This record gives sequence, structure tokens and C-alpha cells, in this order.
Amino acid sequence: MKVIVQLTLVSSAIVAAFIALLFSGQNDIFLKALGASTLFGFLSVVVLAMIWYERKLLARIQMRIGPMRVGPFGILQTIADAIKLVTKEDLIPSETDKTLYWLAPIVVFVPSFVVWTVIPFTPSLVIQEMELGLLFVLACSTLSIVGLIMAGWSSANKYSVLGALRSTAQLISYEIPIIVTALTIAMLADSLNLIEIVKAQSSVAYVLFQPLGLALFFIAALAELGRTPFDIYHAESELVGGPFVEYSGAHWSIFYLAEYFNTFLFATLVSLLFLGGWLGPWLPGIIWLFIKIFIVISIIFWIRGTYPRLRIDQLMEVGWKGLVPLSFANFVLTAVFIYYSWSLWILGFIGIASILLIMFTYKKRKISQPPEIILISSSEVRRV
Amino acid sequence: MSSEKTKDLESVDIMVNMGPQHPSTHGVFRMVLWVDGERVVELEPHIGYLHRGSEKISESEIYPQVVTLFDRLDYLSNLNNEMAFCLAVEKLMEIEIPKRADYVRMILCELNRISSHMLFYGTMGLDAGAMTPIMYGFRERERIQDFFQSVTGARMMHNYIQIGGLREEPPNGFQKQLREMLPKLEKSVEECDQLLTLNEVFLSRSRDIGIINGTDALEFGLTGPCLRASGIAEDIRFTEPYSLYDEVDFNLPIGVTGDTWDRYVIRIAEMRESIKIIYQLLQLLPDKGETKASGIRLIPRPPKGESFARVENPRGDLGVYLVSDGGDKPYRVKVRAPSFANLQALRKMSVGSYVADVVMILGSLDIVLGEVDR
Repeated sequence: MKVIVQLTLVSSAIVAAFIALLFSGQNDIFLKALGASTLFGFLSVVVLAMIWYERKLLARIQMRIGPMRVGPFGILQTIADAIKLVTKEDLIPSETDKTLYWLAPIVVFVPSFVVWTVIPFTPSLVIQEMELGLLFVLACSTLSIVGLIMAGWSSANKYSVLGALRSTAQLISYEIPIIVTALTIAMLADSLNLIEIVKAQSSVAYVLFQPLGLALFFIAALAELGRTPFDIYHAESELVGGPFVEYSGAHWSIFYLAEYFNTFLFATLVSLLFLGGWLGPWLPGIIWLFIKIFIVISIIFWIRGTYPRLRIDQLMEVGWKGLVPLSFANFVLTAVFIYYSWSLWILGFIGIASILLIMFTYKKRKISQPPEIILISSSEVRRV
Repeated sequence: MSSEKTKDLESVDIMVNMGPQHPSTHGVFRMVLWVDGERVVELEPHIGYLHRGSEKISESEIYPQVVTLFDRLDYLSNLNNEMAFCLAVEKLMEIEIPKRADYVRMILCELNRISSHMLFYGTMGLDAGAMTPIMYGFRERERIQDFFQSVTGARMMHNYIQIGGLREEPPNGFQKQLREMLPKLEKSVEECDQLLTLNEVFLSRSRDIGIINGTDALEFGLTGPCLRASGIAEDIRFTEPYSLYDEVDFNLPIGVTGDTWDRYVIRIAEMRESIKIIYQLLQLLPDKGETKASGIRLIPRPPKGESFARVENPRGDLGVYLVSDGGDKPYRVKVRAPSFANLQALRKMSVGSYVADVVMILGSLDIVLGEVDR
């Protein structure tokens, strides 16, 4: 049974990649298929390395040493964990809606893999260059919400239902700032093709023109990935594990895999859209890209080690009252700058100024300034 | 017709069962929540999963053995518990215990308060969703636990404070070890404070959540930091000093609003005060002297009568009511557990808040189920 699940999953991912490629009108299908399989292997290795790195980094933040037992510096720990997960008993609770329960991991996983077919690592190292690449990526990453609802609903568990509802609210509302900010970049580059977008940054990386855009995109991406401080739908302390409460073994590991695929995807997107992708002096392009991805991922993990979790209403507030209007303002402002062809450096300054202003006003909120506690000294009381 | 339609669409509150196996119910506490979306409509706590009948067992054990049962009540502040029972027996037998023993007792109790609050700090962080505070809290807790081990021989179940004084002399280098440890503790309290207290997310999660005002708090019988957070200056060490607490100067932190953040920050302030108290006690502690009152038999037989002693536990006011019939075993022992009383206020604080807040509020009450269920 476990093996069947695994095989179905892998093959369905590859089939889906095929379909994506078929519609792109390319002929060398078999070459592309080989590419897709290689990509799957590569991504799996990257995810294993990422989990190891996350555990090590978190451990260092928390004065621990992290995994040390399996292999040198515990490098093989994640492989051991993966083997453990896959060989575990595949437990399906009796009250579940079997079909949905079984389908959900696949629905979550397939889009998270399919997007990778259009992500360029260098101008030549891409399975399928797509004119609407950015649109395809954003569209695919939205699909995983369906899988989360399926998982939550079919588990017949109240925690997972609550988690699924939370994830719907969260992911849908944070799609908007992501899409609008990505569109701003597309507007600057005058293309939705990811390779063109990177090429347009050959003189200046867009982070200098769009500091506000980067901040918005990064925060929204954290929410989209369900990472701290927006890990509301996992919410270990109240919902135990969100939509995945009932999942175990191979099923659960597929969700996990999809999540790390997505983390890696958004780190790559940040590097491509804002940090100039593979562009950089001296070193070969792919190394530059990986350095940038590495930095972004480190920041994501660092935040995880530092911040508590927001509450669901605060999350919606940040999304709808903060990120959505700001991203639209940024979009309109950029459009105006492009239309009148004013210097984009001014846009960068405006962006930095507005980030500072937002941080300043945020610090001035009433809730951020708690009252001082009163200290009554014992000598005073004794005199009375 | 239309009313029928709306009736079909009427939403139903979901009943969610939290615990006894749940990551953030701090032990085997179970609560049943009725939630309307994310709002808590009704909350029903269920206790008793850890009931061991400690009070009843006490009646069939000789007095020195009862001390070990008290270790296991509030298993995060064992020495404070031992202190409460010993004080009750000593009151009944009218024993004057040597000053040196009293100072050592107080030092250990205050250290235990810090270690208990450090664990609270960590779990509070976990409840809020931060992973790192528990590690920092545990580092300090381990430091203190190691010190306890060197003094009492055990990490948690010490059985060190006994009727009439201490079980044995504190080891050589007791003061030196303590003097080395205290600056480290002081530093790390500040470190912990910086890590979580004024974190924006933590503030917005904990401020104005689970508010209880002073009158309600008194009516519910809240004690300890939970009561002081509501602005009531009540501390047994302060209002009716036992041991030699009237010889030391310290401050009592009082909260303003009585919300979750106040309950949290008061404990942080209390750790600072405890360190201050220990510094003073170290000055007062004589180098030599008896640590056990003379003339106490191996199996003490308190005279017929009853006594009530209360101490300020890290969680609040721990009272021990002791009835003796003149035999070698207590006739009746009743424990007034602070966690049990504090837990009563959970429903009042949580109804109307979000599901995520309930976890924070429960965390801020800092219950220990060993003491609630006894």
C-alpha cells in the first residue's frame, strides 16, 4: 500500500509535468521528461539538505548542537528520518473520507513540483522556458489550498477542520499581495518571462528600486508557506498540527516534502525577482543563485527561531489592512514612475522611507507600549 | 418559508476536546471548548487525571515520610512544598529551628521559585509559538537543578527540608557555589527578558487577553503572581512573613491591567527580586551553626491539636491544614493548592476570546496538575 502511494505520487507528478509540457508546444518530450525526473531527484536532495540545515541552524540559535549521530555532523539524519517515515505503518482513521484523504497529499504535492518546470536556474538550465512563467508559478502555488482543505475536511477531526479553514483564509488573503507585488516586478521588467525578468536586472537588482516590494513579497511569502510567525494553520500549541493531524508515515512526509519544495520555491522567487537571480561578478551564475537562495532561506529559518506566532485575526489584519493596500500603493506608484519615466532610484528611496515610517508607527501603537509594573518595597510596608 | 431557510443555514458551535493528551495543556488537564468559528463560546475544565490521593495517603505515613509526598504535589517547586508541611508540623510542636537552617531553607526556596518561573517562561513562549525561550529557560533551570543536586542529592524529589530543620548540613562550598551561580542567573534573566518580553508579536498576542480585575481575582481565590497581576499587593512573604522573611528587603511587583502579559512580566520581575533576596540571605547566613533543632525524635509525635501553615509558592498561596491525634501519623492533612484555585478563573478569563488565546491564558496561569489533582 505504502509503495503504491509513493509510486502513484511520483508518477502523477511526472505525468502532470508532462501535461504542462505538452501544452507548451514542445516536441522533445522525452528529453523534457528526463529533465523533470532529474529535477525531482535534485529537489529531493535539496529538501533533505534544507531540513538538515534548518535543524542545525535552529539548534545553534537555541544553544544546542542539533543532529550529530547519523553521519558526520548528522548530515544523514534526514535520510534516516525519511526512511523511518516511509516504512511506518500507514494509518488511516476509520471515520475518514477515504478517497479525499488519500488524494489530498497528491493534490498538495503535484503543483508544488510542477512549478519547478518553469523556474530557470540559469538562462539555459530550465526545463521549459515559458513566456507566462511568473503567472504559471503563481497559479500553481495557489492550487495547494485545495489539497489542504481536502486534507482537513476528510480527516474527520475537529482540529484539522479548524486548521483547514484557517489555511483557506490565510492563503487566499495572502495571495493578493504576492500577485500584486509580482506584477509590479513584471511591469518593471516588461515581461512575465522569468528569464527576461532576471536579464532586466543586469545593471541594477530590483531590490534597490523595490525595497518595499521585497518586504511585502517576503512577508506574504512567509504567510503563504505557513512559516513562523504565520504558522497559524499548523499552530502546534492549539491545533496540534492543523490539517495534517491525522496523517502519518508516507502520507505525512509527502505534505512535508511539498512544504519544503514551496519554501525553496519562494526563496528562489525572491532571488529571481528581487536579487538578480544568477547575475553577479566572478562566480558562475548558478552559484550566485544558490548563494542568494541560501541567504533568503537562512532568514526564513532565523525568523522561525525568534518569533512567536500571530493570532488568526491579527494575521488577517496584517494581510488586509497592511499588505494589500501597501502592495496596491506600491503598484500604482511604480506604474506612475514608469509612465512618466522618472528615475527609479527615487522610487527606491520612497520605499525605504515608507518601510521606516511603518516600523516607527508600529512601535508607537498603544499595544506596543505596556504600562510599567508597580514595585512595592517591603520596607515601606513595614513602616506602615 | 424564508425563516425555514435561515434555520437550515444556522451555524452550530463545534465542540473541541483539548487534552488530556494535547501539547499545551501542561500535563494531563482536559478542557472542552465550544467554539463558534474561532471564538470560544463556552469552556469546561475537567481535572482529576493525576489524582493520587496524596492527602489520604498522608494519613497512613509517619511524619517524615509525608514530606516526600509533598515533594510530589507541585513537582516544579518541591522545596517550597516541603517547607509548607514542615512549618505546619513545627507550628504544632512549637519547635524553634536554628537560624542557619532557616536561612538555607529560604535560599533554596527562592532558588526553586526562579527555576519554576524559568520553566514558566519557556512554556509561555511555546504557547505563544516561539521555540527558543524554552531552551533558554531550561538552561537556567538545569543550572539551578544541578545546584540542588549538589546540595540535596536529588534533582527534583529532594526530601531535604525536614521537621526541625534540614536533613543534613549543606555541603562545603555551598556559599561559594551560590556566589558563582547568582551573577550568571542575573545575566540570563535579563537575556530571557530581552528575548521575549517586548517582542511585538508576543505583546500583541498577550496584551489585553484574559483580563481579570482585582475584585474578581479575589473572589475566585487567585493567589500568587496571578493575583498580583490584577493589582492586589498580596504575598505571604510580605503580609504575614514566615521563616525570616521579615529580615530581608525586596519589592513586590504589582500589575496594572491583570492581563496575560502582566501575569507573565510579574514572574520575570519576581525572578529578579528572588535573586536580590538570595544575595541578602547570603550576607546574613552564618558560616557555622546547627541546621537541625535539638531534641526532635526520629519519629516525631506532635501533640493533639491542629495547625495551619501557609507559604508563598511560585504559584501562589500554599496552605497546609494539619490535624494530629497525638500519634506518629497525621490524623488529617488538607492542602490548599494554589494551582487548583487559580484554575477556577480559567473559564471567566477565556470565554469570548479566541481559541489561540485560551492556550495563552492557561499558560499564564501556570498550573501544575500534580497539585491540582493531588
